[in-house]
Amino acid sequence: MHRLNSYAMNKPARGSLLSIEQLEDKEILGLLKLARRMNPLKARPLLRNKRIMLLFYEASTRTRSSFEIAAKSMGAITTLVESSGSSIEKGESLLDTAYTLRAVGADAIVIRHPAAGAPHLMAKHLDIPVINAGDGMHEHPSQALLDMLTILDNRSRLDGLNVVIVGDIFHSRVARSNIWGLTKMGATVVVCGPATLIPPNIDAMGVQVSNHLEQCIPDADVIMVLRLQKERQHQMLLPSLREYATLYGINSERLKQAKKDVLIMHPGPMNRGVEISPEVADGPYSVILDQVTNGVAVRMALLYLLAQR
Amino acid sequence: MKTNDNSADLVLRNGRVIDPARGLDAVVDVLVENGIIAEMSAKIELGPEKSPQFEQIDASGKWIVPGLIDMHVHLREPGEEYKETICSGTQAAVAGGFTSVACMPNTHPVNDCAAVTQYILDKARDEGSCRVFPVGAISKGLEGKIISEYGELRAAGVVSVSDDGRPVMNSLLMRRALEYAKTFDLLVISHCEDLDLSCAGLMNEGPVSTRLGMRGIPRAAEEIMVARDILLAELTGGRLHLAHISTAGSVALIREAKKRGIPVSAETAPHYFTLNEELVSTFDPVYKVNPPLRRPEDIEAIKAGLGDGTIDVIASDHAPHSAVEKELEFEYAANGIIGLESSLPLILRLIREGVLTPLEAVAKVSRNPARILAIPFGTLGKGMAADLTLIDPEVKYSIDVNRFKSKSRNCPFAGIEVQGKAVMTLVGGRVVFSAS
Repeated sequence: MHRLNSYAMNKPARGSLLSIEQLEDKEILGLLKLARRMNPLKARPLLRNKRIMLLFYEASTRTRSSFEIAAKSMGAITTLVESSGSSIEKGESLLDTAYTLRAVGADAIVIRHPAAGAPHLMAKHLDIPVINAGDGMHEHPSQALLDMLTILDNRSRLDGLNVVIVGDIFHSRVARSNIWGLTKMGATVVVCGPATLIPPNIDAMGVQVSNHLEQCIPDADVIMVLRLQKERQHQMLLPSLREYATLYGINSERLKQAKKDVLIMHPGPMNRGVEISPEVADGPYSVILDQVTNGVAVRMALLYLLAQR
Repeated sequence: MKTNDNSADLVLRNGRVIDPARGLDAVVDVLVENGIIAEMSAKIELGPEKSPQFEQIDASGKWIVPGLIDMHVHLREPGEEYKETICSGTQAAVAGGFTSVACMPNTHPVNDCAAVTQYILDKARDEGSCRVFPVGAISKGLEGKIISEYGELRAAGVVSVSDDGRPVMNSLLMRRALEYAKTFDLLVISHCEDLDLSCAGLMNEGPVSTRLGMRGIPRAAEEIMVARDILLAELTGGRLHLAHISTAGSVALIREAKKRGIPVSAETAPHYFTLNEELVSTFDPVYKVNPPLRRPEDIEAIKAGLGDGTIDVIASDHAPHSAVEKELEFEYAANGIIGLESSLPLILRLIREGVLTPLEAVAKVSRNPARILAIPFGTLGKGMAADLTLIDPEVKYSIDVNRFKSKSRNCPFAGIEVQGKAVMTLVGGRVVFSAS
């Protein structure tokens, strides 16, 4: 291992997963099929003595714990490094942290980071796999995979489905990864929200755009509700949470117009009463906790591929 | 400039002399004596008494052009000598064919007073390889609150004022700067960016920023300020120069302003007519620059603006950064691209593409910046200082950043195949660079 003094970049190590954009539909289907076979309670110790580093520069409950459970159920040793309480707090650079974890003996790094492309930077400089657990507003590949798995648990296929993603598309890595994944798998994706939260030219990603939720609901097979961060109104993106909830909040009144078997999804954490009402979150259409459960299986599948290196 | 060695007396034989200021494009000999151009004519005969003293240089197949001028560079000294110094930056300049550079004031401390200007000029005299023309700050400390002492700065030797790196957000301050600068016949160079609109943006706003999940900088953030500054130039009659123009809309605004006779000039940088935003998909911070790389249609508009004279100048915006600022997450990396040692071949490429004639291309880096900065260089007249650049227009090579004289390596053109380079650079008749 050596420091790169030039800007020459290497290819990510085999087993890395940096984005859904880079995957072909066949690869996505393969991962989903593999995830189907994964059960944390009956896992083979394929990763025995492998050291998986969980490097989290941002808070996380679901992603972190499910990666950890997935890794441990397959026999791996996991170490959590968070930005607070580590040398990151002292201003250590991403690459120095990467080289340090490699030197400690990491066999793979799972990274969540607030800056788009941070996992890519790390992967270009390391010879071990890097798994993107969310990079800024860019991608959250394992989330899209678990979302697609959850849809497939309830529908025979993704091809031809109408999926509406509602809310803060602009800031959402979950939206971007799902747009790539779902469109590659043949679904129709509609992004819906106020124009201030729809990024420019998103139609170039192969989606339809709507600012009117009531027009999207009747045709939807799946409604993915995104978290609305409360500080958005201070960034001049919204006049108030109240108006947002009125125009774009998913509640049972709105769902009267929906298909009888519509699926309601949310990547969490929810702001109950803002983007989703409690009765919908806990209601019959909701598969929100199934998403969480599927997260473990999907992450086992990703780690399984590491063992195949 | 170093004055420890004497200028050479030499004669350049059979070179193609391209001097836009005089509309000259012809094969002639050039006689350099005592640091000035003593004679230019078809066949210079040296008498037997002179012959031994003159070095004869065969320039056949080469171009002889006025020493090139880069009116927008960051030499980083004082304050960030680990990125670049006046010594290393001017070595990079002459290696790239430049004999004069104008250096921006965003040093530490800021060049907003005579002491800093004098420091830069002293360093340039003692350690520099080419002429250095300091640009002073529009506002004290670049803070955009109080205008700097232009009288003192002018007397100390600045040729222009700019808050480059930052826009002047306050329109009243910009108005006052343009008015006050008139007293000293100072050029005001504007970095056009509405900071509220660019709002922590990392790259051009559009389909690529949306795909990558990066905050975008809309073209309007530049164009609004271009429009504002044009209107303020019209209002005040102050001399305005718009730095690093990057968008089609800016080109249209400047074209219209020139038609109306408003005293405005403009520059662009090679990366804005060579590279587009798709490169940011690599997340490589070598492509992070402000204004950001734009779209192919902007590149076409910039080329059209160069071709029809809307854009007067090509300047590198040479902005050195070390690995400490660049080997980072794209979001955290510093803006900037170095260009002194890669500009010339990229400008020559415009000639082969049919965008510019050789005379027009050379004018963008000699006569035009000299005229705008009001400095007595940029042409090869008899009796003028012998600042000239010998260019081999044919040589093909790939850009090797490891051979750069610059201290920094943040060059997005590393490894690309180009044609044409400076093979000899003379400042005041002294050979300051010679390709071996």
